Amino acid sequence: MYAYDSFDQSLIAERVNQFREQVARRLAGEISEDEFKPLRLMNGLYLQLHAYMFRIAIPYGTLNSRQLRTLAHIARRYDRGYGHFTTRQNIQFNWIRLEDTPDILAELAGVEMHGIQTSGNCIRNVTADHFAGVAADEIEDPRIWCEIVRQWSTFHPEFSFLPRKFKIAITGAPHDRAAVKVNDIGLRMHKNAAGEVGFEVIVGGGQGRTPAIGVTIRDFLPKQHLLSYLEAILRTYNLLGRRDNLYKSRIKILVAAVGAAKFAEAVEEEWTRIKDGPLVLPLAEIKRIEAQFAPPQYAPADPFPPEVVAKRQASPAFARWMRSNVAAHRQPGYAIVTLSLKPDGGIPGDATAEQMDAIADLADSYSHGEIRVSHVQNLVLPDVRRADLPALWDRLTALGLATPNIGLIGDIIACPGLDYCSLANARSIPIAQRLSERFADPERQREIGELAIKISGCINACGHHHVGHIGILGVDKKGEEFYQIALGGNADENASIGDIIGPAFSADSVVDAVATIVDVYLDRRQEGERFLDAYRRLGQAPFKEKLYAAH
Amino acid sequence: MPLIKAGQPAADPFLQIADGEPLPAEGAIIVSLARWQEERGLIEPRRDLLGVRLKAADLVEQIAGDLDRLAVIVLEFPKFNDGRALSQARLLRERHGYRGEIRATGRVVRDLLLFMHRCGFDAFATDDHVTAEIVRKSLAAFSLSYQPAADGRPSVIELRHGRRAAALGAATEQGRAGGQDCCAGGA
Repeated sequence: MYAYDSFDQSLIAERVNQFREQVARRLAGEISEDEFKPLRLMNGLYLQLHAYMFRIAIPYGTLNSRQLRTLAHIARRYDRGYGHFTTRQNIQFNWIRLEDTPDILAELAGVEMHGIQTSGNCIRNVTADHFAGVAADEIEDPRIWCEIVRQWSTFHPEFSFLPRKFKIAITGAPHDRAAVKVNDIGLRMHKNAAGEVGFEVIVGGGQGRTPAIGVTIRDFLPKQHLLSYLEAILRTYNLLGRRDNLYKSRIKILVAAVGAAKFAEAVEEEWTRIKDGPLVLPLAEIKRIEAQFAPPQYAPADPFPPEVVAKRQASPAFARWMRSNVAAHRQPGYAIVTLSLKPDGGIPGDATAEQMDAIADLADSYSHGEIRVSHVQNLVLPDVRRADLPALWDRLTALGLATPNIGLIGDIIACPGLDYCSLANARSIPIAQRLSERFADPERQREIGELAIKISGCINACGHHHVGHIGILGVDKKGEEFYQIALGGNADENASIGDIIGPAFSADSVVDAVATIVDVYLDRRQEGERFLDAYRRLGQAPFKEKLYAAH
Repeated sequence: MPLIKAGQPAADPFLQIADGEPLPAEGAIIVSLARWQEERGLIEPRRDLLGVRLKAADLVEQIAGDLDRLAVIVLEFPKFNDGRALSQARLLRERHGYRGEIRATGRVVRDLLLFMHRCGFDAFATDDHVTAEIVRKSLAAFSLSYQPAADGRPSVIELRHGRRAAALGAATEQGRAGGQDCCAGGA
């Protein structure tokens, strides 16, 4: 993975000094909370319902074991012993004291981490496929380009006060695990007819109040022009995006208002003027960053180790875990292992300091010291020898990290909701916990098959409810929490926005409503048909009928 | 409002003329874009220095043909989080080659000064509490920049590989791209 050089290191050291001085001014009362707000936000520090929340960037979801141990240490020393992994592959600490934040940033800087641009109307942490570099279906490692974008966007003088926040995601594989079509800019690496790898550029996707699937404005962008093209898009948006209404300020609104073709035209016009300027990436820089993402030296490994075969036969629990939590690796004899942060009845995305330390140890023993964070709020060990899977499973089971539910109904995304967030209208976490308990039986989960439940506590959609196969949105009705259900959303290469099925359900009845939806699906599905496909075939009617007849 | 240029308090020779206010017989003036467009015949023959102030929503292309005549262009930050003037300044400097003064007005807060400077601003009409010392300190907060902008500071990429090597790499890459991607890239 990428290692800072002296330039990267001095920049974050200067940032720590700057923020230390800003906090001192605030604590001394030299600046008001109003004036301090934009400064702290630019460093990832939010004021939530109960305390400050600190969001730390995990660029494109890649961590090494040393970094994860530092996060564990921060959880223990400055928070209440746990952290929360987010849908933007970052981590949040919920109980932080303002006066500690400069020291926390200094500790993070020691392991090449920071909180830069995890908030504010700027270019946010760039996200990527969490299987980047190891996925069997990958064309090229997107993290090389994420790192290039990270550096270019860091303290970008022109794009730090955009109309609204700005999210970029990159995938290097045909199967999109990075939800690129619901980002402000999605970049999909692919090969053109000449066999060169470049980017399909997708703009204007997003969730929130006005969900939208991104539109392609360029089929193929040569890689060395990535930054000038991004600059052309961002400049067009910065100058023309609406600033009069918070809810109409994202780039998706601009793209929809002027039309995709016209927007593309404006970008291309801007781009032709700057494309051959100083933003063209020198080959030497691309090579320098590429080299740091070079695959490790894989020792030859048995693709069908006998201990795995034996354990599979001996333990149905291990066999289940193999099916749901272990994915194909590009290197024969190796596997990608997803650690579920969704134990039955647990809080999606939470990990304790002890778990983080233990995972760091496991990464050192079994995965070249590397860990990934997925936007589905799980952790990943990307480089595990298949022969080590039984031993790893034993260790993960003891840590409560081997729940066999990846991609299944228990693998729920939920935002922090009204338990923490000052924007929320309703709680998300307790709904996720109750659903997870209701469907805890692993055999039943397997029978139900691929199903993504996503829960947001308000219209801002941090819990990605628009692209859940079953999406749940918390709303406030006269001071009471209600939950609207949408069906048929999807975040991958066949992205779609879910359809609201009907009137909202009370907190008491929403779990039953989901169970009813699952029953209708099981009853009506064809052989091997996934929930999403069944819904697309059947439409809303059979679900609606059962849901509202019963209530 | 105090004016700070090159890190020092500076005298402001310009008189700001509000729309509808009569033009003084002589002296350096700054007028709005609308006034400039409407009364150009009256304003242009003046022998004194001229300036135009743009609103954040104005397009700099509207004065692109007049830059030789303008000693100062005033760009506005209506709110601390409105960054349109940053793009306007870069376009004036980098696309249109404007060399005169670009002055920031409105919410010129200390924590934006470096970004403004990098985008091409060289004069700041500040609140009283943003002193020249604060301006100097803010501009020095970061010794490096990842990306090229209008201030001519070499980017980290140029520092890593040498400005010439970076430019050479770029030239080679362009040659390659031009050859292979003539239809899409050559337009």
